[in-house]
Amino acid sequence: MKLSLTKVVNGCRLGKIKNLGKTGDHTMDIPACLLYTKTGSAPHLTHQTLHTIHRLPAMAQLTLSSLAEHHEILADYKEGIGKFIGMPESLLYCSLHDPVSPCPAGYVTNKSVSVWGVGGRVEMTASKFMAIQQALQPDWFQCLSDGEASCEEATSIKRARKSVDRSLLFLDNCLRLQEESEVLQKSTIIGVIEGGDVMEERLRSARETAKRPVGGFLLDGFQGNPATLETRLYLLSSVTAELPEDKPRLICGVSRPDEVLECIERGVDLFESFFPYQVTERGCALTFSFDYQPNPEETLLQQNGIQEEIKYVDQTKKIKTTSCNQEMTSFEINLKEKKYQEDFDPLVRGCSCYCCKNHTRAYIHHLLVTNELLAGVLLMMHNFEHYFGFFHSIREALKSDRLAQLKELIRRQAS
Amino acid sequence: MASAVSPTSLESAPRIMRLVAECSRSRARAGELRLPHGPVATPVFMPVGTQATMKGITAEQLDALGCRICLGNTYHLGLRPGPELIQKAHGLHGFMNWPHNLLTDSGGFQMVSLVSLSEVTEEGVRFRSPYDGDETLLSPEKSVEIQNALGSDIIMQLDDVVSSTVTGPRVEEAMYRSIRWLDRCIAAHQRPDKQNLFAIIQGGLDADLRATCLEEMTKRDVPGFAIGGLSGGESKGQFWRMVALSTSRLPKDKPRYLMGVGYATDLVVCVALGCDMFDCVFPTRTARFGSALVPTGNLQLKKKQYEKDFRPIDSDCACPTCQKHSRAFLHALLHSDNTAALHHLTVHNIAYQLQLMSAVRASIVEKRFPDFVRDFMGTMYGDPTLCPTWATEALASVGITLS
Repeated sequence: MKLSLTKVVNGCRLGKIKNLGKTGDHTMDIPACLLYTKTGSAPHLTHQTLHTIHRLPAMAQLTLSSLAEHHEILADYKEGIGKFIGMPESLLYCSLHDPVSPCPAGYVTNKSVSVWGVGGRVEMTASKFMAIQQALQPDWFQCLSDGEASCEEATSIKRARKSVDRSLLFLDNCLRLQEESEVLQKSTIIGVIEGGDVMEERLRSARETAKRPVGGFLLDGFQGNPATLETRLYLLSSVTAELPEDKPRLICGVSRPDEVLECIERGVDLFESFFPYQVTERGCALTFSFDYQPNPEETLLQQNGIQEEIKYVDQTKKIKTTSCNQEMTSFEINLKEKKYQEDFDPLVRGCSCYCCKNHTRAYIHHLLVTNELLAGVLLMMHNFEHYFGFFHSIREALKSDRLAQLKELIRRQAS
Repeated sequence: MASAVSPTSLESAPRIMRLVAECSRSRARAGELRLPHGPVATPVFMPVGTQATMKGITAEQLDALGCRICLGNTYHLGLRPGPELIQKAHGLHGFMNWPHNLLTDSGGFQMVSLVSLSEVTEEGVRFRSPYDGDETLLSPEKSVEIQNALGSDIIMQLDDVVSSTVTGPRVEEAMYRSIRWLDRCIAAHQRPDKQNLFAIIQGGLDADLRATCLEEMTKRDVPGFAIGGLSGGESKGQFWRMVALSTSRLPKDKPRYLMGVGYATDLVVCVALGCDMFDCVFPTRTARFGSALVPTGNLQLKKKQYEKDFRPIDSDCACPTCQKHSRAFLHALLHSDNTAALHHLTVHNIAYQLQLMSAVRASIVEKRFPDFVRDFMGTMYGDPTLCPTWATEALASVGITLS
């Protein structure tokens, strides 16, 4: 695997990762996002509906929390999780947790970490963890780590230190176990940077992890609400400064468009794509513009259009959903609102997703009101397409030195 | 409208059905319906998409499975989103973006299924909406008016439906009222050139009442006939006899639509009895409960026995689910909260139904339908003698023996 940077602009890295994957013949452009999945499948989508989406990420994210309990089945299956879930051609990254449903804290010990599946808690020592990865055979996997220093409101230095110590110990154990297994050697371990909000510990974690032969780095503990990320951005810069340039940097729990850009500016390469899923679950559609170089005559119209949308959106509206009790953002519209009942426009004019090419806002509104399953399917198709389009525009903006424009455009829509 | 008529035809009625082949033993027919949104091969199974959606599958997926006609429901759509909005959206076809044919039920069946919310008079059915408590009167005229706005290719008369377990004078009242309501529907129908209005034969499980209904309704100038009031709680023995009676008295050159029938065995037997069109929520509903339809019955994929079963649902099935996924994966996915699991099964179950009808049709065209039936029953029940008695009797009545 080789990461080559095309350019670095204001801290943002534009580049390519080549010779990726177990087969060594995949390529991935960065910055990029990974396809979010639940139990090995994109939410709501079958292979057919998934593949109508343009610019699908080269790599999908699997979560150990949804798969750990099936590891005996996968061990019997022998052919790895990619084939099992019907995605044999896709690159696969296995994270510990599901970014949408954080698990209960207090279950990490010096010897084990736990994940929660449908059937309950699965406790994993380093050897059990590696046995599971051996059955899964992903291309990349997040190493067993202690991420709980960032769970509490105020991290004690002691707890931050423990998270770093434990994670390094887990890493060394896992690396050793990997050496003993031919199968596991085909997968790449991603080292996890911990340390809570304590700068000293963060730096130590970065330096020590970088000494190990990992394939990349996961920046853990930066998830939370937009306010908490703000306070941690300075930590992020300091951490990435300690990491080698030629290895990818992933971050977990950060997926909002504005936060993505902040993190790219601080040296992050890869993101999870759970934000479009959360938007879907609250019956909303992403509509934010990432067209940073519109037709000059349209600029004024577009600006007015955006202002109109923001005026109507009640930004403090809380929408309860089954999996995310999140507030609606100004990047989206809520299709349940009565005003969409007779709106025969597509979700976003000009969007080339299946939903926008075939259906109207009025139809989606009807599906939501009648509680029909198709609402989730169509919204997911649109929201993923829109989001992947956004990432494409980031790369394009970086190529043509226009990231400032894109950032300004997103910033205007974020408030 | 009262000229004496033979079971064969009325000169002026539109002929939307072309017979392609007939079984020389049984009453099975293969044909082609000519409908405004394209031809439909018969016998045909029509999946049910009640509220302008085939549950979790897209119009594109449904088209790719070979479906050329599916159902929408007037009662539901009449309430939400309402006929005015659908008309603004260029009809139900435009609203749900379905390029092929649509059949809408009149709302009559909801009288039975939502019986606690409804009251029947000569005027129509008064429903209390479960959503906002509002009262609506669904009259024959209103039902046709809504269906005219929906623009479906086949529309159903509003019939007075009683549960097949009801006996006594109510059955007779409903039968005669259905005839009167048929005439009112015919009179109210604004678009006979674009939409085909079907009559629905009632009469419950009473042979005389059903015969009377048949005699009267076949005098009316409609493009097709449905056999209604069955597929409820009646015994299968009574069921098949009413179907057979109905097909024996319905014109040969018009389609026979048996409403609410969708179990594989029932489909095969009723094709033998002379039915052409079927609809049922069963395949799509059972999919959402984790049940996959196969030639030997069904697989309850949530059960532990499928945990490590790495075979597809059916190795002979050409559907996308079976091409890509194993029972074990579907089992795991069904135990998660990812709705994709339901969609995989919905796709497969619709494929199963459509593939079954396709196979039935091919066997009729190739003059081997009785052999097909024997094979089918053998696969489904293991041994012809294990076939349910009612099915054996029904098949025997039209000249097909199983052993």
